[in-house]
Amino acid sequence: MILIRGARPYGEDAVDVLIADGAIAAIGAPGSVAVPDDAQIVEADGLILLPGFVDVHTHLREPGREDAETVATGSAAAALGGYTAVFAMPNTEPATDTAGVVEQVWRLGSQIGLVDVIPIGAVTVGRKGERLAELGAMADSAARTTMFSDDGSCVSDPSLMRRALEYVKAFDGVVAQHAEEHKLTVDAQMNEGAVSARLGLKGWPAVAEEAIIARDALLAGHVGSRLHVCHVSTAGSVDILRWAKAKGWDVTAEVTPHHLLLTDDRAEGYDPLFKVNPPLRTAADVEALREALADGTIDCVATDHAPHSTEDKETEWAAAPPGMLGLQTALSVVVQTMVQTGKLDWRGVADRMSVAPARIGRIDGVPSSDGGPAGPNGGHGQPIEVGRAANLVLIDPDATWLVAPSELASKSRNTPFAGFTLPARVIATFLRGTPTVLDGALAATAGATA
Amino acid sequence: MRHLLSAGDLDLTEALLVLDTAEQLDRAIAGRDVKKLPTLRGRTVVNLFYEDSTRTRTSFELAAKRLSADVINFSAKGSSVAKGESLKDTALSLEAMGADAVVARHWASGAPERLTSWVRGSVINAGDGTHEHPTQALLDAFTMRRRLRGGEGDLEGLHVAIVGDVLHSRVARSNTLLLRTLGARVTLVAPPTLLPLGVERMFGDPVDVSYDLDSVLPTADVVMMLRVQSERMAESFFPSAREYSRRYGLDVRRMGLLPDHAIVMHPGPMNRGMEIAADVADHPKRSTIVEQVTNGVSVRMAVLYLLLGGAE
Ligand SMILES: [Zn+2]
Repeated sequence: MILIRGARPYGEDAVDVLIADGAIAAIGAPGSVAVPDDAQIVEADGLILLPGFVDVHTHLREPGREDAETVATGSAAAALGGYTAVFAMPNTEPATDTAGVVEQVWRLGSQIGLVDVIPIGAVTVGRKGERLAELGAMADSAARTTMFSDDGSCVSDPSLMRRALEYVKAFDGVVAQHAEEHKLTVDAQMNEGAVSARLGLKGWPAVAEEAIIARDALLAGHVGSRLHVCHVSTAGSVDILRWAKAKGWDVTAEVTPHHLLLTDDRAEGYDPLFKVNPPLRTAADVEALREALADGTIDCVATDHAPHSTEDKETEWAAAPPGMLGLQTALSVVVQTMVQTGKLDWRGVADRMSVAPARIGRIDGVPSSDGGPAGPNGGHGQPIEVGRAANLVLIDPDATWLVAPSELASKSRNTPFAGFTLPARVIATFLRGTPTVLDGALAATAGATA
Repeated sequence: MRHLLSAGDLDLTEALLVLDTAEQLDRAIAGRDVKKLPTLRGRTVVNLFYEDSTRTRTSFELAAKRLSADVINFSAKGSSVAKGESLKDTALSLEAMGADAVVARHWASGAPERLTSWVRGSVINAGDGTHEHPTQALLDAFTMRRRLRGGEGDLEGLHVAIVGDVLHSRVARSNTLLLRTLGARVTLVAPPTLLPLGVERMFGDPVDVSYDLDSVLPTADVVMMLRVQSERMAESFFPSAREYSRRYGLDVRRMGLLPDHAIVMHPGPMNRGMEIAADVADHPKRSTIVEQVTNGVSVRMAVLYLLLGGAE
């Protein structure tokens, strides 16, 4: 049993929270909750209590690129970032495009036990964009995969995309599209505009993203399916999403922390730490993304945590793979860009980083081991109330910290925020009542037992 | 000034210093039987070429040797994509060889700038991807100044038309930056497909752009023709070589639209018959194409001299 003392749920009045058997057993005014003798006390005076974060867009690199990240190191980074569930993208080697590989990743995640790892299944065999992978088999597997994506590549063929959208309706699935018209982005290196013109780097035009989002929204509307749009990066995309939602179509979207903070002029100096796909955009795009996240046009924050080895990134810009670390800096960037600017309060942060992504990934139901709809992965993004699974995060809103790449838990070092001083720190994370992080470090008891 | 990565690194004073130094070195060499000055004796210049460019490498090599520097030619074929030695490892070995200057030509924009974080010596950009080629801009400015300004001062009031594949041209970017610093007015002329999106604002202050070569020529003091690779046709940047040369090539008729004093430049290598007609390229009065090559050595001597601290 654990008693969290003096925490402020959603930044509101302080309470004591008793956790027993993986769930919230009692909530009361400070001092009012009877403390069992064997309870572990967690002092949380002044700390903010939120439901544990959910990331619908993480790259864990296992199997295939264990030199860059593993399920274990990625899980540690996630727990330290306040996450209790992450969705692992299928662009591994081999791609997670069968029930077998999906289950393998899922079992690895649950053995490590720092965070629920829910594999995202590939939409097409080998992520090649040619024919559907066995989506139903993945959905029926132990991993209960209901989110599908060819991330890294766009499902370009409109007919195939339509079929995928339709097919996953049978198991309430969703297709998460990496929106990129590849014919418009051959060899593209950065946002197309005045900066790319000056730097002589081939441009990745906003329209390559927007054209696919518009097409997919129309397709989702046409067949009545759920569409999720990955890493929205442009003001034009926001306009299209707003229009699609006004139509009543079931379209959701995510934005990454780096697109909320950084702009394309970071490419000056040609350091590939700032190379990412979709690329960093302009200040006007950043402002539109913040507004869209605030008003709900963009539903959630997703990290697109993309570890790459130092050898892969210490190279020419054009030779480097795109991608940035994100799990351990996500909350801080959201606080800086959304909370400190008055665009979101703490309930808003809980919604965009936990409630909404849990709903999109369908892990917000009651967990069940017997094939219930949420499968084994439920209980995330829940309100902080008695009886709910104790997936929680404690945050020090007043702390600041200097981002030092070598101190991050990820196996890779490619954070674009190195040397940044960022606000807010994760102090503790609880996965079904078990602390995975305490005092800002991995808990000694964390993992394996969960 | 420690490195020369972009023509934009030079302010007016520095740019004039390079041009004036080039004139002085040129004159100092001209009077000698042995075309050599002892200035950089004992210093090591490495030519690091990831792209074939015999003309640029030879020009730098000659410049370094005329200043008595030791020259190492290091041609690193292929790319780190193809998993050769990484740029960083190559840089570290050049550092171990004691390179005082690294002259870098690379297929990737920004590669010379990356090098500066791994080597202590000066890095000179000898052309990177579709980014810049600052010594080309300096030799072009040197040539314009000699032809039109008596070899001294700035280029205030000069109108320079840069014509062709601006999108993929490092020469166009460097020239635009340097010529504006020197007070010249630049008009970029190309079909819209061969201009980068955002070209007007790429250097902050607006850049003049035209799609119509004939309308620009009557006021141009200099017309600089850029090489247009015929592969661009396959990517539909323009329909055919014939249509390109009809609309944007400099032929004898178009040359006639220029003011009498105007000169015709080309950074080479030329596609005769494509962007420039043979009779124009070889025109005894207007064409500066051969001089540009000669001037390249003087300007590169000046850059090496100034970056390596000159006399010890
Ligand atoms: Zn993606």
